[in-house]
Amino acid sequence: MTRTRKVVAALFLLPALVLLGALVLYPIGYSLVRSLFDQAGDSFTGLDSYQEVFTEDATRTALKNTAIWVVVAPAVATTLGLIFAVLTERVRWGTAFKLVVFMPMAISMLASGIIFRLVYEQDPERGVANAVLVGVHDTFAESSAFPKAHPGRESPLAEEGGGFVTRDPVRVGEPVALPLVGVAPDKMPGSARPAAAAETDPGKVTGTTWQDFTRGKGVGTLGGIDAEELGYPGMRVEAVKDGTVVDSARAGPDGTFTLSGAADGALLRLPESNFREPYRGASWLGPTLVTPAVIGSYLWIWSGFAMVLIAAGLASVPRELLEAARVDGASEWQVFSRITVPVLTPVLAVVLVTLMINVMKIFDLVFIIAPGSSRDDANVLALELYDQAFSKGRPDIASAIAILLLLLVIPVMIFNMRRLRREAKR
Amino acid sequence: MRTTLRTGKLVVSLVAVGALALTACGDGGGDADNGGNGGKKNNGQGGGTSVELPQLKGQKLEVAAVWSGPEQDNFKKVLTEFEKRTGAEVTFVPAQDPIVNFLGSKIAGGDPPDVAMLPQPGAIAQAVKNKWAKPVGTEAQAQLDKNYTQGWKDVGAVDGEQYGVYFKAANKSLVWYNNAVFENAGASEPKTWDELMDQARTVYDSGVTPFSVAGADGWTLTDWFENVYLSQAGPEKYDQLARHEIKWTDPSVKEALTTLGKLFGNKDYLAGGQDGALQTEFPTSVTQTFTGGDQPKAAMVFEGDFVAVNIGQTDAEIGTDAKVFPFPAVGDDAPVVTGGDAAVALKDSQGAQALLTFLASTDAAEIWAKQGGFISPNKEMDPATYPNDVLRDIGTALIASGDDFRFDMSDQTPQAFGGAPGKGMWKALQDFLKNPKDVDGTQRQLESDAAKAYKS
Repeated sequence: MTRTRKVVAALFLLPALVLLGALVLYPIGYSLVRSLFDQAGDSFTGLDSYQEVFTEDATRTALKNTAIWVVVAPAVATTLGLIFAVLTERVRWGTAFKLVVFMPMAISMLASGIIFRLVYEQDPERGVANAVLVGVHDTFAESSAFPKAHPGRESPLAEEGGGFVTRDPVRVGEPVALPLVGVAPDKMPGSARPAAAAETDPGKVTGTTWQDFTRGKGVGTLGGIDAEELGYPGMRVEAVKDGTVVDSARAGPDGTFTLSGAADGALLRLPESNFREPYRGASWLGPTLVTPAVIGSYLWIWSGFAMVLIAAGLASVPRELLEAARVDGASEWQVFSRITVPVLTPVLAVVLVTLMINVMKIFDLVFIIAPGSSRDDANVLALELYDQAFSKGRPDIASAIAILLLLLVIPVMIFNMRRLRREAKR
Repeated sequence: MRTTLRTGKLVVSLVAVGALALTACGDGGGDADNGGNGGKKNNGQGGGTSVELPQLKGQKLEVAAVWSGPEQDNFKKVLTEFEKRTGAEVTFVPAQDPIVNFLGSKIAGGDPPDVAMLPQPGAIAQAVKNKWAKPVGTEAQAQLDKNYTQGWKDVGAVDGEQYGVYFKAANKSLVWYNNAVFENAGASEPKTWDELMDQARTVYDSGVTPFSVAGADGWTLTDWFENVYLSQAGPEKYDQLARHEIKWTDPSVKEALTTLGKLFGNKDYLAGGQDGALQTEFPTSVTQTFTGGDQPKAAMVFEGDFVAVNIGQTDAEIGTDAKVFPFPAVGDDAPVVTGGDAAVALKDSQGAQALLTFLASTDAAEIWAKQGGFISPNKEMDPATYPNDVLRDIGTALIASGDDFRFDMSDQTPQAFGGAPGKGMWKALQDFLKNPKDVDGTQRQLESDAAKAYKS
């Protein structure tokens, strides 16, 4: 190479080098220097900020969660992608299916975050995830008719194991009043009729259980039946003597019930089954489930990406190899595990590594989905970096986290570059 | 200085410039003298308006604030009026929370806005400490003296020097309730904490959950605590705790948390129980109280006058469907906890001072007050300006409290303790809502976080 040629080459390289230096190398260098100084940036503190990163609770949770993310999310996304890719190859409407699975990639992370914030809402009326859970749960376990019913003021009933029991034993021929309050009008069974006083029967224990509350008027006569107050139809009433149920009955539409003479001297119990709280689903965004929940939304987006790459790799798997194996009597599972997967290994590695790098800087999903109360349980490094820099005013800690993230990404990058070089040689 | 100014106005502007020069030298005495003259001049020339502003034709001003949506629109109306009167061109710069960090990067970049609206006294103190803030000029001081009580001036002052002009106030001692629910249940507005618990029970008996608590937003929980603490422990202890002169392990804090625990500890009293409350954000906490007819998710929601903005997103009518009562007295007196936004000049420009003067004036307050969603700390403003009775009552109550109000404690503490999501007070009280029995643990957590935050 002649001198002029070298100069020309350098000239051509210059713009790229300047850009690279200004946009990549200088910021890295500055972050490194900044992380060694204190909050104000005046005095050198050495590795103090790194020490703080590893000792502070918030950053340690962030480290732990990032580790969980890096291990779980890429692996699951790749597995799902592989399954989708292999299966779509064999179905009729494969392309349509692929299109649907890939579609979330077209939505920004921010929008997906907002979607999943709604999906994970606690209230089953608003959150799809809990609506499904509640729907499935209620198919198998019926919810009770009177959740939230409870004794009012000066009630003859006392709480016992989720149900309510009379304070005094009941006698035949003396009608019993079992008033409760707190059932919302729209939760009241449709069959409820205005409560009636029970008839006196000298051989039996009779009584009424009703909602001792009139809309707009409050309790009215405390412990007494007012005109518009409704009975509790279907409320189960048990007579208990020394812990054993001697008789039981269900209340009619007007809340009246009749028990046999055997109940004389027993305590009346309204068992817990009447009041079981309706199942409310899981608290997805609570401290324990928030990270898995956010990872779930990530999978929704990125499985499609994995699928498309793997499907492309799959297309290059030699057909005759698969045919030969099948002719030799290999089962479909054997074909998949002994031929498809080994042949696909390089592609799987690419997908896995790409996702790992992607996951290490995960930010937007966590930022949007995690509510304030469980934000620090869902914390990840990139989010902590942002918080430290922009809301806590700690550029030193933020720089330290940035350098830490860089160090974590380097091994993955080296792996990726080596592989690329190997491939180029081939 | 432009030569086209008429002489009368020239005098005013010269006084203003003189005052600036003097304040810049830190000459307190000269300040007071000039202030007197400037004030008189203004009153004499007043005419139809309550404030005289210099001509600023061709000058450009930038105002930074975190407001968005309707608040931003309404504030821009105030700025438009300022433009009309002075001829200056004002640009609104939308800032992000926390605004101090936003300003920090602006100032580091050498391009600070002329005026910033700071939502916390702590932020004003920080701006002064960093030597960003410029003291209030004579003109603005005159308006402040005329229109503001000492208490509202003091929250905007640092070490005796006036920096902030409190333009917008918030009354954070209000409980909003769904009137239909209260009527159905036969409940009435409580005056004391015990009555509140009593009415909550009445509402609960009617089949509606009494309270909607926005546990996902830690600041609503700090406001709950502050109201209980201010009323129970009294203003002196409140001030001491805000300055961290008494520890969070103090028995008075224990008492306040125990009181609050009576409410937070009853899962039947909270919409969605404790877990549900922790995932409820502030806007939802309001809307779920005022939607669903007479069977809403909750009957009452506690927070400041700005709840009205969120009620506006429902079909409920303020004053008929949605009503409000003052936070009940836990101790001897009912608490008045306030918040607010102060205008602070970041540049020594004539325009910045003129804008402060305008914002301190009754004219400016009236422009926004007419639009609603705004409470003015300006005592001279005619309460008739408020668009409805509810806001009028809140506004008059705030002025009537004189200097007995206390500014939001979490806004006075270092930001890392009182204003950061997932940290300090926010986090500790969220943990308390999760486990209201653990009063001691909450106190220890608060104290250790406070010790760390006040040290740095």
